[in-house]
Parts: sequence; C-alpha cells; structure tokens
Amino acid sequence: MKALASAIAAAAVAVAALPAQAQQGSGSPTLDAVKARGQLICGANGSVAGFGMPNARGEWTGLDVDVCRAVAAAVFGDATKVRYVATTAQQRFTALQSGEIDLLVRNTTWTLSRDTSLGLDFLATNFYDGQGFMVKKSLNVKSAKELNGATICVQPGTTTELNLADYFRANNIRFTPVVIERLEENIAAYLAGRCDSFTTDVSGLASIRAANTPVPADHVILPEVISKEPLGPSVRHGDAKWGDIVKWAFFATLEAEELGLTSANIDSQMNSTNPSIQRFVGATGGLGQMLGLDNKWAYNIIKQVGNYGEQYERNIKPLGIERGVNNLWTKGGLMYAPPLR
Amino acid sequence: MADIAASSGARGKPAIRLSLNDPTFRAIFWQIVVVGIIGLILWYLISNTLHNLEVRKIATGWGFLSREAGFAIGETAIEYGPENSYGRAIVVGILNTLRVAIIGIVLATILGTFVGIGRLSKNWLIAKVCSVYVEFMRNLPLLVQLFFWWALFQDAFPGPRQALEPITGFFFSNRGIKMPIPAEHWIHAWMGVAFLIGVAASFYVKHWAAARQAATGEQFPVLYAALGLILGLPFVVWLIGGAPVAMDWPALRGFNFQGGLTLTPEFAALLVGLVTYTAGFIAEIVRAGILAVPHGQTEAASALGIRRGKMLQLVILPQALRVIVPPMTSQYLNLTKNSSLAVAIGYPDLVSIANTTLNQTGQAIEGIAIIMAAYLTVSLSISLFMNWYNKRIAFKER
Ligand SMILES: N[C@@H](CCC(=O)N[C@@H](CS)C(=O)NCC(=O)O)C(=O)O
Repeated sequence: MKALASAIAAAAVAVAALPAQAQQGSGSPTLDAVKARGQLICGANGSVAGFGMPNARGEWTGLDVDVCRAVAAAVFGDATKVRYVATTAQQRFTALQSGEIDLLVRNTTWTLSRDTSLGLDFLATNFYDGQGFMVKKSLNVKSAKELNGATICVQPGTTTELNLADYFRANNIRFTPVVIERLEENIAAYLAGRCDSFTTDVSGLASIRAANTPVPADHVILPEVISKEPLGPSVRHGDAKWGDIVKWAFFATLEAEELGLTSANIDSQMNSTNPSIQRFVGATGGLGQMLGLDNKWAYNIIKQVGNYGEQYERNIKPLGIERGVNNLWTKGGLMYAPPLR
Repeated sequence: MADIAASSGARGKPAIRLSLNDPTFRAIFWQIVVVGIIGLILWYLISNTLHNLEVRKIATGWGFLSREAGFAIGETAIEYGPENSYGRAIVVGILNTLRVAIIGIVLATILGTFVGIGRLSKNWLIAKVCSVYVEFMRNLPLLVQLFFWWALFQDAFPGPRQALEPITGFFFSNRGIKMPIPAEHWIHAWMGVAFLIGVAASFYVKHWAAARQAATGEQFPVLYAALGLILGLPFVVWLIGGAPVAMDWPALRGFNFQGGLTLTPEFAALLVGLVTYTAGFIAEIVRAGILAVPHGQTEAASALGIRRGKMLQLVILPQALRVIVPPMTSQYLNLTKNSSLAVAIGYPDLVSIANTTLNQTGQAIEGIAIIMAAYLTVSLSISLFMNWYNKRIAFKER
C-alpha cells in the first residue's frame, strides 16, 4: 500500500506541475503560457529526415517542423520563435500530457485511443501514410507475405508495433519481434542482420533508407502497405482554443496552395481583389481576431514558412516520395482545408 | 490499577508536561507534525493528479490489464501472443526480469569471488589482471558496457544462413546461440522432483556428518555424497523412465533456426554486461572481507598445518562472510534494478513491456505503479533473504 502511494505520488509530481493558470487572458492556458514565454515549445522527432531533424548547423527542418514554425509565425509573427524538443516514440505523449511541450508534431498517427484515453486532441492530418516493410535486397523477398518466421525490428510505443502483430495474425504467419527503444539502435540492429526486416511508416522507411543506410540501393521497401497512418499534430485535451490555432495554422498552408499563394508571391498579392485572398492576407474578414491572433497571421505563415506544396517540395520530395494522396483535393489527393471565412 | 499507574508515574519518570521543553512531549509533538505534513503533501499530490487526469480526460483505473495487448514479445517464459491481455504481457516481463536477475546474481557472485580472491593472490600476474579488471569494470558506465556487448554479439557473428557450428548442433549467429535440448518427455518433471529430493537429502547428510564428526571425530566425504545424491537420483529416475535420448535439434528453416534452445543476443548482452559489471564491485567486497580477517587467524591455521585451500574454506571465508554479506545485498539489489537498462538493447524486461503498455493505453501512473511495486517486491524479497542469511552466519557467542 505504501509502495503504491509513493508510486502515485512520484508520478503525480509530473502531472501536478502543470499550468493551472489562466484565470483571465485569452481563454487558452497554453496560448497564454506560450506568449508569456515568448517561445513555442514543440515536440518534434529529432531523427527522421524530412519530418523532423536538426541539420548540420543545428537548424530544425522537416514537414512536421514546418507545422511548428507555422504556429510560431501565426502567434508571434516570427517562425523562428520555437524551441524544439526531440521526443522518442515512447516519450512523446507523456511530454505533451505533462506540459513539457505545447504541441506535438512528430509523425504521430491519429487513432481513436490516442484521441480519447491518452487525453490528446488530434487536429488535422499533415501527411497521409501507411506502414511498410524494408528488407535487404540480398534476401530476395518480394512480398511481406513471404516474411513467415522472420525476425522484425520495431520501435516500441508505436502503432507500428500493433499493426505488425495484427498483420501476421490476420495472415496466419509467425514472426519474432526485436523491440529497441531508440531508432539509431533499431537501424543498427537491422543493418547488422539481427533482424530480417525493419518496419515503420513508409515515409519513415524512405527517410531511413535515404539517410541512414550506407548503400540505399541495397534495401527494398516491400509493396504491401498494411495500415492507415494519418500523421498529424496534437495538443492536450481541454484547450480547444489552442487546438483551433494549430489546426487553422495548418489549414492556412493548404488554403494558400489552393489559392496559388507562395512565400515568393504573397507580397505582390497583398492588394489582390480576389475576396478569398483579401481575407487570407488579413485585409478583410478579421479571421485572425477570431482566433485571438493578429490579422496577418496567415500572411506571416506563408511569407516565412511557405504553403504546403512548397513545404512538401523542400522536405519530402528529396526522399523520393511523390505527392500521391498528399496532393490537394483539387488534384486528386486528400488534402482539403475547410473554408477560411 | 489506578493506584499502581499513579505511583509508578510518581516514582519513575515525571508526568508529561504540555510544553516544548518536555523531551517526551517534544518528541511526540514533532512526530505528529512531520506525519501531518507528509499526509498533507500526499493528499495535495494525489488530489491534484486526479483532478488533472479528470480535466484532460486521461483514462484511469486497472481495467486495461484485462484488455487485449495486441503487441508481440520476442522472448517469453510462458505461452504468450498478441491476443493475450496486458496483464499477461506484464507477467511475461516480470519473468524475463527475474530470469536475468537470478542467473546474473549467481554468476556475478561466482565471478566476483574469484576475482576478489585473485586480487589477493601471491602471483603477481593474477593479482594485476584482477586489479585491472576491477578498475575497468567499476569505472565505465554500465550502459556503455551493455552497448559494447550488444554490438559485439551482433556484429561478431555471421547471419543465420552462414552460422558457425563449432560443435555439432550448436550454432552461433547474429540471431544468438542455438543449442539442442532433450526433446520434451514426461520423465523430465519427475527428474526435477528427484533433483529436489537430492538437494534436501544432501542437507540431511551434511547435518548427520557434522554430528558424527563432533561425536567420533571421523570425517565423511559430504561433497561427493551430495553430488551423488543431487546428480545420481535424477539419473536413476531417467533410467527408470526408459532413458529417453531423443533431442530437439535446431535446424535452419526459412529465415532462422527452428527448434532447440535459444540464447538471444539481447539476453546474452544484458547478462554478460550485468555479470561482469557487478562482479567488479563484488570482487572488492570479497577482498575487503578477506582482509578484514585478522592475519593471526591465517597464522594460527597454518600453525595447525591446515592447507591453504582448506584454510580459506574453514577459517577465512566463514569469518569474512560476516563482513561480506551486508554490502553484497546492495550489489544484488543493484544488479536487479540495473537490469531495467534492458530496454536500450531490446531485451523485453518488465520496464520495456510496462513502458509499451503505458504508452499504448496512456495509463502512465498505473504503469509506473506496477513497475515500482514489482521492483519493490523483488528487492524486499532479496533483502529479507539476505538478512536472514546474515543472521544465520553472524558470530555466535557461546
Ligand atoms: N506513426 C507511428 C510511428 C511513428 C514513429 O515513431 N516512427 C519511428 C520510426 S520512423 C520514428 O519516428 N522514430 C524516431 C525516433 O524515435 O527517434 C506512430 O505514430 O506510432
């Protein structure tokens, strides 16, 4: 009993130290905390190129990082006012629940249980993905169905771990998991031949193959995509106002692409007579105010971070992943922002 | 009654005064204050936590333990599959932790004792090698050592299709060491029973021999008798069972070996890392224990003409043990707790599985509580056992 009490107390410290502030203010405790701090704290990946990783000069880049930057641009008018916290698959939700980070954008799959019992709110999908398998070419495996009896490296605390078990159960084949917490060691184990295959989101596989294997051409990604992985930003449950800001900061990047606004041309569009563009750049409509932000919020995002297409081009294209389902709805994809009005 | 109390109060200690200058009152007063403060802090933390969990709509309660886990585990001591519950997955983790801790404690004790004695050896080379070992092991962080062994086991051996086979049936590959084991047979259970009976009988023989020696002075070869009982009894049972010799041989099928017994690289790396690291500390404890025995004891023993081996066994070690056992307990506890580093190299111990569970269910507080309760139980069991043992070997004044 005493053991239990001290256990609970210890865990409680983490949870108790949360911001219980914001009696007055914007109505969003997180927004108030972010503004008071003068900086957004964003939980990012740290080791997956194209999504979230610091480059050689220590600057963070990636499609997920661009969501953080967009939110900072919307709140502060300055996309650089972000501190990034690298989180592993295991730590990320605790980091968000405990208030260590304001926002989690770390190739995280939106699932029902995470949205409910983890106490999070998912806001949008910034990348539609699915789980795949990577194997060494020398193994001569052509399909995931041939992996019966294989040893498979996987990271804990992921949807990957669960889909993997589901897939082998459904196909009535067997496997042995090797579950290692950090991505680096996981890849090392795969490369050393401890595992026959490494599994994660296909985008993650493409990124790892390009950035973390000595000879990318020695590895193949099998054709089967065994799950749906809608990756997107999430915030703590119970701060809907903050959720709105993150959600619309992301939607603004989609809307801009649809309107043909880019970081290069948005200045020249400031006096456009197109009513949608006028609303977007804050000349009319007062959309920013409705979010509790400056009316130039969307202009700042596009000027400093670029529209979704530009972000994709810069971060994901180099990995060799085509737009596909991540194209705008007008171009046959799934990316669709509700109207900004 | 009242009379006695009153008179004893008057003659013995003076009655308690309600003043902070009164030592008895002061002691009680401060104890109440401290307990009260701790209670308030606990109440604050717990109610705050529950409130926060409620606000964030984070799930609470123990219901998740019976839900389907949905993830697979690489090494299991009991039958387990993704269709089993989180509760069962956690039991698998606890058993994996116990497995590495128990084997680790036994091996670390043996290795540490040898190194500790070796460091006191008159042979310069042995003494130096043992000193270097101790300094090396104690001064490198355990996690670094674990990664070293892990990388070694992984990179030193070829893939399963090119596995080394130094002895027929024993395969060394980066999937671990595969070895043949006797194929399952009903007689094995009875052999286990015979083994236990052999152990019990050995204890009896030891007592009997000691009593006889005390009475008649005659010695009895207890060691050989015990070995005979412990190994011989199961052997006889095996013969009675028809002496089954069928073996379960590992064989390469598809991606990997099937059948036989597997020692995975993760388990091996964790075990070797924990054993060699902890043995460095145990060696120092053993050395200190031996040095604590006054030199006169050694001289007296040699004057009686006792050989060096017997001297260690009969004179030095029994006295050294009294110094050795208490700090040894901490090393056993350390080894057990250090096994939680397993998660870094992919051995599915309790912490690894509980982490996955709390991550998938979001129930961090319950998950941490399970981890703490399990470690506390194991640690307290080790402490209780070692305290009992310490009392048993303590110096008895007669
Ligand atoms: N989308 C999945 C998996 C995301 C995930 O954690 N992927 C791994 C493999 S690409 C990763 O990002 N690891 C990086 C790290 O832990 O540092 C989820 O949300 O559970």
